[in-house]
Amino acid sequence: MAGRIKPITAAAAIFFLVSAVAPLFVSSWATLFALILAKGVVVLGIVLLLQAGQVSFGHAMFFAVGAYTAAFWGRYVGGGDIVLFLVLGAISSTVSGLIVGLFVVRYRDIFFGMLNLAFSMVLWSLLEKMYPYTNGADGIRVARPSLLGFSFTPETFQYLILYISLLTAIAAFYGVQRYLESPLGHMLRAIKSNETRLEYLGTSARRVLLVGYVISAFLGGIGGTLVAMIQQIATPEFGYWTKSGEFVFIAILGGGAHAFGAFAGAAMFECVRFYAAAHLADSWQLILGVVLIVIILYAPNGLIGLRQRYRQSGLGGS
Amino acid sequence: MNSTLAILAVLDGISYAALVFLVSVGLSLIFGVLRVVNVAHGSLYAFGAYLAATLSLRVAPVSPWLTYPALLLASIVIGAVCGGVIERFLLRPLYGRDDVLQLLITFAAFMIMDNLQRMIWGVQPIFAADPLKLLPNVTVFGVTYTSYQVILLPAVALATLFGLRYFLRRTLSGAVILAVTEDREAATAIGIDARRVYFVTFIIGASLAALGGALASPTTSLVPGMGADMIVLSFAVAATAGLGQIEGTALTALLIGLTRAFVIYLHPEFEVLVPYLLMVLVLLVRPLGLFGAVQVRKI
Amino acid sequence: MAGVLLSAKGIKIRFGGVVAADGIDLDVLEGENLAIIGPNGAGKTTFLNISTGYLRPQAGTINFLGQNITAQLPRTITKLGIARAFQIPQLFLDQTVMENMLISAASRQGRPSGFQALSRLPDVPEMERLLDLVGVSSYAQRKARELPEGQRKLVDISLALALKPRLLLMDEPTSGVASSEKLEIMDILTTALAKEKVTSVFVEHDMDMVERYANRVAVWNVGKIQKVGTPAEVLADPKVREQVIGI
Repeated sequence: MAGRIKPITAAAAIFFLVSAVAPLFVSSWATLFALILAKGVVVLGIVLLLQAGQVSFGHAMFFAVGAYTAAFWGRYVGGGDIVLFLVLGAISSTVSGLIVGLFVVRYRDIFFGMLNLAFSMVLWSLLEKMYPYTNGADGIRVARPSLLGFSFTPETFQYLILYISLLTAIAAFYGVQRYLESPLGHMLRAIKSNETRLEYLGTSARRVLLVGYVISAFLGGIGGTLVAMIQQIATPEFGYWTKSGEFVFIAILGGGAHAFGAFAGAAMFECVRFYAAAHLADSWQLILGVVLIVIILYAPNGLIGLRQRYRQSGLGGS
Repeated sequence: MNSTLAILAVLDGISYAALVFLVSVGLSLIFGVLRVVNVAHGSLYAFGAYLAATLSLRVAPVSPWLTYPALLLASIVIGAVCGGVIERFLLRPLYGRDDVLQLLITFAAFMIMDNLQRMIWGVQPIFAADPLKLLPNVTVFGVTYTSYQVILLPAVALATLFGLRYFLRRTLSGAVILAVTEDREAATAIGIDARRVYFVTFIIGASLAALGGALASPTTSLVPGMGADMIVLSFAVAATAGLGQIEGTALTALLIGLTRAFVIYLHPEFEVLVPYLLMVLVLLVRPLGLFGAVQVRKI
Repeated sequence: MAGVLLSAKGIKIRFGGVVAADGIDLDVLEGENLAIIGPNGAGKTTFLNISTGYLRPQAGTINFLGQNITAQLPRTITKLGIARAFQIPQLFLDQTVMENMLISAASRQGRPSGFQALSRLPDVPEMERLLDLVGVSSYAQRKARELPEGQRKLVDISLALALKPRLLLMDEPTSGVASSEKLEIMDILTTALAKEKVTSVFVEHDMDMVERYANRVAVWNVGKIQKVGTPAEVLADPKVREQVIGI
């Protein structure tokens, strides 16, 4: 068991190291890597739900909740601090995850996906139409927050937020791994393969899924708060269904079987977008669509799966 | 709200419901047979609309009456070509694989089509109202409205509803589709080619989405993002009705269309909220939708 | 024999036009191995489904240790000490056999303890012992998916045993197993049950199995209990022989 996970953990360590060091040489990478890490945190939440065999096509709602928490604070209270934002984003997304979760964990598969989508679209329409409070489609600007009372120049801030994202990502990655190895995490996976048996062991599958769902909402919220600080804006588009689709896309791209897939997928997604947007103007979406098709048709286990498939053929099973 | 506004709202609701029904029933039909939620459905709608507008603008100078066949042609071309390609090359390799992958590959198709749409037709709004202006206005209880919207659109929707019913319940091809829907293995065992059924069904569903778009094109300006909005809306209607329920989809479209129209006159800011709120409420009470039926798992 | 463990009174259930149970009264006694036999589709599995709360009877009550458990949820009933093994093994196919067992162990203890890794739970030795008792310990580190059918069946029963139940309900424990292995599996099972002091009810088609392993037999026919008695008594009854066994 330990022998199987180690190479991936090593890959994760290298990835985190690169994210810490590479932007020191190319300053435009600071924001790129910060985005990769922040989105990776959100996608970790999707990967969690995939363990239970569930796909949420509305998870961007928690991403939006996290982002708007920071935005509303700046707008109605004023000022703001990175730590404060993260704490508030975590609280608001966890609470909303619990509320929505209490309803959606009663459903599975397409119904689970549909209900999540419905909830997220309700949030989106409110953000879009409550113009006096949200500025509608224009969104709310998020002023550069301080850190524990210290303010920073834009140049320093982009590195600061990079390292904050990195720390958050590492903590989330470690936490999710531990969770997945814990009894509750194994029960989450058990929902995918045999929920009936789980109930017949005396465990409430709904409660197991609810825990997973709330953790996943929490991760979505933190990621949203980070992205709002990185991009210094929160818009309704953060909670639109295409955003949810994008997160699921990244999870499948990386491979839903392992937590590191979230970051591998996010790295590939954001890099393609970053470079395609720079060199091929308006066709990055097209390119990503083609990449997704190729991955689904030829490597359905994602980037992580590619490596595992290679290993399996090399070891001849077991 | 006075009676004139109320009648106006009812007429708005009906014409809107007719369009939404066409798109939703296509989505529902595809799900009913293939068990795939076609995320690219909204793009087929948008492509239908754009191609219809392009063709209309081209033929209108010759004779404005040619715009009607243009609308029809656009929906069939988009349904057959785009729908055919999606089913044949994207979905077919994935039958029997994880549902998530099938859903996601149509998401990929959506991304590509959304991008292509902007490359082909640009981001400036396109407007081609000839078919709308060609038909006379009608007066209903003192309210004047275009007959295109209150007569033609509902008529096409009703024709589609009864046509589909007839096709599925009274023709051999329809019986074959229903057989595959109910039990694919048994249907295959008696010699039905399920892949062909899937292909044909997908093209019919895709054509209905494109037809919805084509018919909508004279009534609204075409903008990027219309496809993304339509897929969730039609999905909300189909899910609220119960996926795979054809008559239910018609009633739900009407319900959502009318509610939305009244909300627009009373509280315009809640317009977009209506279908999704309705969907949440219905799914919480009846997860299989208003008209869906339950199945119990055997252990 | 000791007291009554499970007691069904006046159970009625019908599915559409089919009457599966029409006033069933049946007691399960502490420490016995009770076999339920009957023609296919007679409602034997329905009895297990009702006893474990998967189905709700239209009339009648089920008492377990004097407590009314009618129409409780399966997981509530499981917590009270009734475990179930399935005709088609119900395993967590993507996890190893040991992980399956540990999930069961963690379930039994209610609150799955925090973030401690499943593989480091203190229950590991006990689960190894159970797997060994049932004879599948060599598969402990294999994914459940990779096991042959017979072994899956044994793991399915082990999952139930890991719950430390008072009563184990088994649905055709030897169906789907090669006939050459049936005796061996039932030997292993009855030994394990006796050792763990678990009362059992098993639905069975194979009269050899019934004769060998049951203390008592209940004959279920057309929604009624036609006869209850020792295997010798029941299998000697000409009516039972004709209608149920088919000779």
